[in-house]
Amino acid sequence: MTTITTRESADDQAVGAKKSGGFTASAANYIDERTSISGAVKELGRKIFPDHWSFLLGEVALYSFVIILLSGSFLTFFYQASMAEVVYDGSYAPLKGIPMSVAMSSTMDISFDIRGGLLMRQVHHWAALLFVAAIGLHMLRIYFTGAFRKPRELNWVIGFILFILAMAEGFTGYSLPDDLLSGNGLRIIDGLIKGIPVVGTWVSFLLFGGEFPGTDIVGRLYSLHILLLPAIIVALIAMHLLFVVVHKHTQYPAAGHTNQNVVGYPVLPVYAAKAGGFFFIVFGVVMLIASLFTINPIWNYGPYDPSPVSAGTQPDWYIGFADGAMRLIPSGWEFVWLNHTYSLNIMVVLIVVGLFIVTVMVYPFIEAWITGDKREHHVLDRPRNAPTRTAIGAAGVTFYASLWSAASSDIMATHFHLTMEGVIHTLQVTTLLGPFLAFFITKRVCLALQKKDREIVLHGYESGRIVRLPGGEFVEVHQPVDEYERWKLVSYSDFKPLMLRPNAQGKIGPVEKVRAGLSRWFFEDRITPVTQTELSRAHGDHPAEITDK
Amino acid sequence: MAKDDNGAEDVTAADSPGAQLATSAASTAVVTRDALVNPGFPPHRPRITDLDSKEERKAERTVYTLFYVSIVGSVFAIAAYMAFPIVAEDPGSVRLNNLFIGLGLTLALMAIGIGAVHWGKALMSDHEGVDERHPVRGTEPVRARAVEIFQQANEESGFGRRTLIRNSLIGALVVFPLPAVVLFRGLGPMDQDPVALLHETLWKKGVRLTMDPSGTPIRAADVTLGSSFHVIPEGLSEMGHGRLEEKAKAAVLLIRMDPSDLVEQEDRKSWSYDGIVAYSKICTHVGCPVALYEQQTHHLLCPCHQSQFDVENHCKVIFGPAKRALPQLPIAVDAEGYLIAQSDFTEPVGPSFWERA
Ligand code: HEM
Ligand code: FES
Repeated sequence: MTTITTRESADDQAVGAKKSGGFTASAANYIDERTSISGAVKELGRKIFPDHWSFLLGEVALYSFVIILLSGSFLTFFYQASMAEVVYDGSYAPLKGIPMSVAMSSTMDISFDIRGGLLMRQVHHWAALLFVAAIGLHMLRIYFTGAFRKPRELNWVIGFILFILAMAEGFTGYSLPDDLLSGNGLRIIDGLIKGIPVVGTWVSFLLFGGEFPGTDIVGRLYSLHILLLPAIIVALIAMHLLFVVVHKHTQYPAAGHTNQNVVGYPVLPVYAAKAGGFFFIVFGVVMLIASLFTINPIWNYGPYDPSPVSAGTQPDWYIGFADGAMRLIPSGWEFVWLNHTYSLNIMVVLIVVGLFIVTVMVYPFIEAWITGDKREHHVLDRPRNAPTRTAIGAAGVTFYASLWSAASSDIMATHFHLTMEGVIHTLQVTTLLGPFLAFFITKRVCLALQKKDREIVLHGYESGRIVRLPGGEFVEVHQPVDEYERWKLVSYSDFKPLMLRPNAQGKIGPVEKVRAGLSRWFFEDRITPVTQTELSRAHGDHPAEITDK
Repeated sequence: MAKDDNGAEDVTAADSPGAQLATSAASTAVVTRDALVNPGFPPHRPRITDLDSKEERKAERTVYTLFYVSIVGSVFAIAAYMAFPIVAEDPGSVRLNNLFIGLGLTLALMAIGIGAVHWGKALMSDHEGVDERHPVRGTEPVRARAVEIFQQANEESGFGRRTLIRNSLIGALVVFPLPAVVLFRGLGPMDQDPVALLHETLWKKGVRLTMDPSGTPIRAADVTLGSSFHVIPEGLSEMGHGRLEEKAKAAVLLIRMDPSDLVEQEDRKSWSYDGIVAYSKICTHVGCPVALYEQQTHHLLCPCHQSQFDVENHCKVIFGPAKRALPQLPIAVDAEGYLIAQSDFTEPVGPSFWERA
């Protein structure tokens, strides 16, 4: 067979300044003589990017961040991060004459006195929600296809830190308007911090510049929101993308795709056109949502005041899991020992959520350690072909979803006419047991799908058509898969659990034993890909195979 | 290298020296000589625009029409900016302004986006390209040279040899950021002690209970059976500086119940007045206002994490993550019949903290 370097006739055209004079050529020449940019164009201009809808999730995240930067910069020209008190005197009649902070009053002005201001606020907020959601889905795609394996472990960590920073950006932004809901969110943060042993009281005191709420916090969050966090995010995004270029994009298993090539469209022109166009589509969708749907109507909530509150208010969606975790703690988890207060109802939440986050962040290293796999992987796994990983992922998603839905426990209770206690107790159970159930079911489903794949490879698709053989028996017509389709179904590698090997002293340490045990668990029940021999035998078994052709 | 004709080899034989190293160490992939073979790329299927020049021209028309539509959208947005001004005190005008500028921009953006993607899909070459991959790690000579450079630098500087210099430098680098950390002490006022502040509120002997937010004093006789009031200490509503900080600690809920429904603790019998009880409104979980009162059950519900407190039983927790009962404010009636506090709260209100006990 042939060795393929370029596919079909897509030969690399020399990319460089045109020789035929003209403005473009002389401009290109001018710039290149001062920047060496032709080298970058040569390196990157025809770089190949594979195409798949799931690869767009990361792009959505990137584009929503750009939209956030644009709309946020507009907001900075009008928003004032001061907690000094003023009496509201803007265009929104119901709040006229009410004392509020300058922050709230300027946000009201953006909404009611600046044409297009409300639109930009809503674009900013909707894009923020989309940003976090897109990162989350992107992460799930990476996880379930095994794209985090060597050499991409560090990029997984960078991406995960971006996820955390995005939530931090969201929370700090949510606090800026200084309305009733944002103040209430800060009150909860204050209470959480105070529950941290030893340092909590002082950390809260320093953060708020004195007693809660003080007059400093909005200005401080503003520095974080528009300077520090965006700077870190931009730097990490740059690193993240740099690594994508260095590693080259992964690809799904398909005919012609190997671990040593990458198949897709060149940056110039096809990928640039599609990706650039897609940016405008994402921007357009956010714009459409912002024109039609109100978000965060602070004028309905009023300025922050520690006393009133309304039932059924919700934080932005990505904070839900933490809020839900706080609701699931049973009563009475706090004690006094040696004259100090231990708020387990807070510490347990911080520890469990923290452990969950850290586990997700280091998962690539855990899996690599368990499997002992040190090879580079550039072809993605279909989720079913890594049943244990997929099942672990499903367990994690179930855990997160339980916490997340707990944040709406009151809404569920009133909406479905249930008792508050019943809803909470149910969710406590699903949080603890749900992940195990999800693990078990997902693993079985994966194995069943793998078996089905084997069936299809060996005997073709069931066509649903029954025919009668000359001998009188009835058989179903099977439609064989072509060799390209078949390759998708068989191109995964089979693994053996790690073997226990004695070390230099001829001993097997306890850590190695645990590792071997985990490895056995990870690879148990696996289903091997169809081999050439099996395939020939399957065909040989049915000499009079009936096909549709 | 790009040997895509043997799947088994492809997966296992790994191209990089690192991978080979790994295989001998711990890799667990099974090498199957019997694996199926990668069939290579399927034949290319031309698009309709490649085959039919009418279709090609149609696609071209679609693309440039979309780009023109985008211009229309942008112009529409500018026109909407002028045509739909915001009229003071008319929220409806804000809605129209938002809607029409937004729809214009949506059109402008979407049309560019769809046009560009359609151009890419229907008209640009759809021949896929193939890049070769190389191991991520540097080649052996490059790696060797990198090691050599570090060794040379080490030798020329004596970084490894002159341990005194090295260690003192590390020490200096560790210590020099500390002043920056200390500077952050200034985030909080120097002359205040958070622990002391958390132990006191505006309430003290004789302070009248007043309505939130008006500040009108409350007469015991005006508190009818079954009613509840949101209460702040007298004088708080006129405070300029520090009003919210004080309110965040001093907010109180006043409830009148049938005295026979109240199960009072021995030492607190004198803290209520004729079935009127006053409790801190700040949740003992993480501090939200416990503002929802259920008249039938005499339960208070915190909207944040659904902690429930039983007013009949000195506001002890009956459900939810809070642990401690809401602190009770001892109240009495002054000569004119107004409700007053007997003292401050006898314990810190609100969320728990380390130094609380
Ligand atoms: C990932 C990044 C970001 C996220 C998730 C985010 C999120 C948010 C959210 C949820 C709000 C509250 C909006 C509301 O409903 O009123 C907000 C407000 C704000 N954001 Fe951002 N933001 C981000 C980055 C930025 C950047 C980079 C800037 C400036 C360059 C910015 C400027 C502002 C301003 C000025 C406000 C206050 C005005 C207002 O509330 O309307 N944000 N942000
Ligand atoms: S703050 Fe009241 S239950 Fe959490």
